[in-house]
Amino acid sequence: MTLKAREHRLGWGLVAPALLWTGAFFALPFLAMLALSFARMEGRQIVPALDPGNYTRFLTDPTLFGALLNSLEITVLVTALSVVLAWPLAAIIAFRVPARWQRLALLLAVLPFWTSYVVRSYAWLLVLGQNGVVNRGLMAVGAIAEPLEISATRTATVIGFVHFFVMLLTLTIYANLIQLSPNYARAAADLGAGRWQTFRHVILPLTLPGVVTGAFLTFVLCIGDYITPQILGGNSELTVPQLIMLQLGRSGNFPLASALSVVLMAVVTLAYFACGRWLRLDRV
Amino acid sequence: MALTARLSATSLALLFLTSPSFAQELNALVWCDHTDPELVAPFEEKFGVTVNLKEYEGTAAGLAILDQSQPGDWDVMVIDAVDVGRAVEAGYLAELPADQLPTADFFPELVMAANNTVNGKTYAVTEKFGYNTISYDKTKVDPADMDDMAALTSGKYDGRIGIYDYYLPVLGLVALGQGINTADINAETLPKLKDPLMALRKASKQVSDVVSAQTALATGEVDIVVGGGEWLTAVLAADNANLDWTIPKQGGLRWAQSIGVVAGSTQPDLALEFVKYIVSPEGQARLATASCYWGMPANAKAGDALSAEAKTVLRWDQQPDFLTRAQLYPIPDAATDTAMQDMWTEMLNQ
Repeated sequence: MTLKAREHRLGWGLVAPALLWTGAFFALPFLAMLALSFARMEGRQIVPALDPGNYTRFLTDPTLFGALLNSLEITVLVTALSVVLAWPLAAIIAFRVPARWQRLALLLAVLPFWTSYVVRSYAWLLVLGQNGVVNRGLMAVGAIAEPLEISATRTATVIGFVHFFVMLLTLTIYANLIQLSPNYARAAADLGAGRWQTFRHVILPLTLPGVVTGAFLTFVLCIGDYITPQILGGNSELTVPQLIMLQLGRSGNFPLASALSVVLMAVVTLAYFACGRWLRLDRV
Repeated sequence: MALTARLSATSLALLFLTSPSFAQELNALVWCDHTDPELVAPFEEKFGVTVNLKEYEGTAAGLAILDQSQPGDWDVMVIDAVDVGRAVEAGYLAELPADQLPTADFFPELVMAANNTVNGKTYAVTEKFGYNTISYDKTKVDPADMDDMAALTSGKYDGRIGIYDYYLPVLGLVALGQGINTADINAETLPKLKDPLMALRKASKQVSDVVSAQTALATGEVDIVVGGGEWLTAVLAADNANLDWTIPKQGGLRWAQSIGVVAGSTQPDLALEFVKYIVSPEGQARLATASCYWGMPANAKAGDALSAEAKTVLRWDQQPDFLTRAQLYPIPDAATDTAMQDMWTEMLNQ
């Protein structure tokens, strides 16, 4: 066997476990789900078929399609707000915090990750509630006379999500910022650029891979999340994951749940292609 | 040769150790109250077995799980008492020896032979019951208002109402509010419930699962929970004595859960022992005060094993009156059930 052939075999050998893993735990289940999405329910029985009825129903039923619009609106809002909040936080940690304290600062930034997601959501419920910290604080300083309706609204869902995803984005943007040489800013200043121009034309474009990577992960995790809209949103509106859970947990309608999952995957795939140019998953 | 023999012996031993049939495990499809370790521990100790508990919500989901399972996967099932017939019709429940069940000690209304028996054969036994009515904070609302369901959509309590996120009892209550008996909910009467349901949704702040509804009521997020009852407020009673519940003049719903042995169980005797333990006075007292939610035991003899405080919270002495004023859950056919769920989903997305 030639050296090249041996290297070729070795390469396949090294890749094989990952391929097998992906095939067994992603490709095959996805194909099964895809096949199930074209099946039909007859009573409680799942009848194998090639019926696009579940997709037709999704497109024509305002409740089902409305859930996708709700999911998209919430996800886009959460992603945008998280980026806006995470960028300055990451920049402060990267450029203003002394190097020896940066690790501690990052640790503090991600500390809330250490608590259970469900517990954190219920904690937010108590913070945002009628008698929660926010309303009590605002009433104590006389900013409001009556408690604000925050919990069980989309606002509560967005706040819960943003709290979570700012941490994630801070990490990806920080990882990007810390690699930037200070010479870029110096060169821009030498060429007469002001601070805003340096940020706008030099720093921001260079951090775009980190921003987009974090934003994409935020988009994927947010649009597929069931817990936060359920607990903080108080079922004030339905999102696609909640619809999927209703079909699985209550109706036992696995084909419709599969079709909704395929739709969700298609949306994520579109998002991937939309930002694929800047995506640098190695920055995560 | 020796190596082969040793390997074969090892394989057989491994097979023996990992085989479910030798593992002394009982697989039960249950509601969340059964997951209280205090409930199953005495049974596990007595019989030296492990009870694997899988929670499910809603009969459709439970039957779907059985649809997707192999015979023998499940040994015991807890099910809405009104849905026992559906499970029997689908062939999922095995006959129980009626003479080994203590139904003579039950509250008479809770024997529910019409539901637990099919063609003279007993397939399940009632284990717990309670009411889906209206829970409220008596310091925040006028208790007299809670006697009339119309008060909920009068505008007085807009934004202060939570709805329990389970379509069957809440649609049943909405039906009672419209003068429709729960047994009469069908394809013809269901459309009449849509506007009142949407009006209730409009007046409400949230639609929540058990834990969120309890949290909302306990923290003052809402003052009323439609679909609530003792099962919602009992676990909170120790911390907040202001939480109360009532059955309005239009009536309330009586929920009841039954337990049976799953057909095809590989250990029917052990499964039957579990059922017998659950309906024994000791099992009933533990089930009544299980951590997920409280409810009245079907076996009246459980009263001897319950504390006076627990009986007060459960309103033990008022049961004769409550039992006469409550109707059973709706029993929709498959098409009506789907239509009810679709209406519920539409309501959620309002």
